[in-house]
Amino acid sequence: MTGGSKPLRADLRIIADWIPRGARVLDLGCGDGQLLAHLQADKQVSGYGLEIDPDNVVASIGAGVNVLQLDLDDGLGQFEDNSFDVVVMASALQQVQQPDELIREMLRIGGQGIVTFPNFGHWRPRLSIAWHGLMPVSKALPNQWYDTPNIHLCTVRDFEKLCASNHIRVTQRHVVNHEHASSLRTRVFPNLLGEIALYQLERG
Amino acid sequence: MGEFPADSVGLVEPQTLHVTEPLALDCGKQLDEYELVYETYGQLNADRSNAILICHALSGSHHAAGYHADTPDGKPGWWDKCIGPGKPLDTNRFFVVCPANLGGYKGSTGPASAHPKTGRPYGPDFPVITVGDWVRSQAVLREHLGIEQWAVVAGGSLGGMQVMQWAIEYPERLKHALVIAAAPRLSAQNIAFNEIARQAIVTDPEFHGGRYAEHGVVPRRGLMLARMLGHITYLSDEAMRAKFGRDLRDGRLNYGFDVEFQVESYLRHQGQSFVERFDANTYLLMTKALDYFDPAGLHDDNLQAAFAPATARFLVISFTSDWRFSPERSREIVDALVDAGKQVSYAEIVSELGHDEFLLDLPQYTHTLRAYLERVAREVNP
Repeated sequence: MTGGSKPLRADLRIIADWIPRGARVLDLGCGDGQLLAHLQADKQVSGYGLEIDPDNVVASIGAGVNVLQLDLDDGLGQFEDNSFDVVVMASALQQVQQPDELIREMLRIGGQGIVTFPNFGHWRPRLSIAWHGLMPVSKALPNQWYDTPNIHLCTVRDFEKLCASNHIRVTQRHVVNHEHASSLRTRVFPNLLGEIALYQLERG
Repeated sequence: MGEFPADSVGLVEPQTLHVTEPLALDCGKQLDEYELVYETYGQLNADRSNAILICHALSGSHHAAGYHADTPDGKPGWWDKCIGPGKPLDTNRFFVVCPANLGGYKGSTGPASAHPKTGRPYGPDFPVITVGDWVRSQAVLREHLGIEQWAVVAGGSLGGMQVMQWAIEYPERLKHALVIAAAPRLSAQNIAFNEIARQAIVTDPEFHGGRYAEHGVVPRRGLMLARMLGHITYLSDEAMRAKFGRDLRDGRLNYGFDVEFQVESYLRHQGQSFVERFDANTYLLMTKALDYFDPAGLHDDNLQAAFAPATARFLVISFTSDWRFSPERSREIVDALVDAGKQVSYAEIVSELGHDEFLLDLPQYTHTLRAYLERVAREVNP
């Protein structure tokens, strides 16, 4: 059984659409390996997932993907320049020590980068802080402030500012609600109405 | 065999392959004829695709699982925690083969065996043997068993080095390579430990230049010291602290030099029981094989280039508390395989006991092996 035969999580489905057939992919924080398993089965993609959680490593091995148990916070120095077509980091940006350094590294290693993160600029977190004076807890950000792994939260505008200052070009942007659906409203007001942001990046 | 646990392979019997075709060795010498002693567990399937080769480490042998009839109450084989019905190396699904390495202390031809020309024990005349020599002898066994391709070649420590050698030298002969608690080459520190062990043996007055058998003695003190030193390096500081702390055997200091701390008593016991079963010349040979292994050395120190011929899928496993073959060393293997574009997974098992953890059954370790081998089993027994 590979991931190709079971439905892919919605955000991963959007990412999968962006990845060309036969690409060499590095998946940072690959979780249970379902994205790579799906890409291997449907798009003849090859590559590796990086994952720190031991149970996820076992799940990825079970899914038949190459998984390397490594900590993203140790950096990616061991990977050679341009050794992958696409480097993906889905929902891990806000959990790493140095997100800016990691994004630069992604685009050193791969021709294309795909990054997704929960948008802290969404109206709900804004309202939580402005109105209730509380750190937001939501479906996209389910943890309390004291036990959250999300140590580097940012907004859509923050992220694009970071890209601009690092000469990184945004080639595609997709902003969706927590059910990973896009609408006219999330397209017009991405920073206010988008809960999850998906970016496709290239060196500028 | 009701007396054995349900997940044991039960009573096993070694088999012997007598080879008369000479084996050319890396040192330039050759073994004109030799015996390979091995055990097998499980059944070879109809298309002979479910065979797993196990490569043993320094103090291992062909007895990897189950029990021998002459020692039914004794300990099971050295990797019994992982080999058996329902265990990660599931003998209901795989045919597991474990040969004793040439130069070993029992089973296959080694320093204690009789030289075919003189009839006397080889002793120090047994040629220095390498990981490559072992793998070439295992290839003879493969041929004899009629196995075109191993589903898996697996091994820990020195065994992991043989796995890498298989993947490099006979790429088409294995589908999967399990490299556990290994290193791509020994560090200077690691060679240094081996050298102290060897010096302990060769300076023992009873060593007699390796001809101790002809003198009817055993270099007990030297071999015991070698094992005591080795044993410390196979355990972590935390493990020794947890097991012994500073506990005193008599509960008080005796202001003397006999055994006082529990750890001293333990080490002496380990050393003494090792002397009972192991051979000093074998210890010298095994440590040399460890020191010499260096596939990158043949490629301007480029490990990636050394792995270029490999086609197997790799699973590399290390243990966080292992300082003799640390995770950093396993990551060198992984990095080289990734750079060479090979299929590889890597698991770093959080552990406390040290190098010897690869022989045990930490849940994360067995889950990892199980998840990997489950896929292999479905591949070979669709």
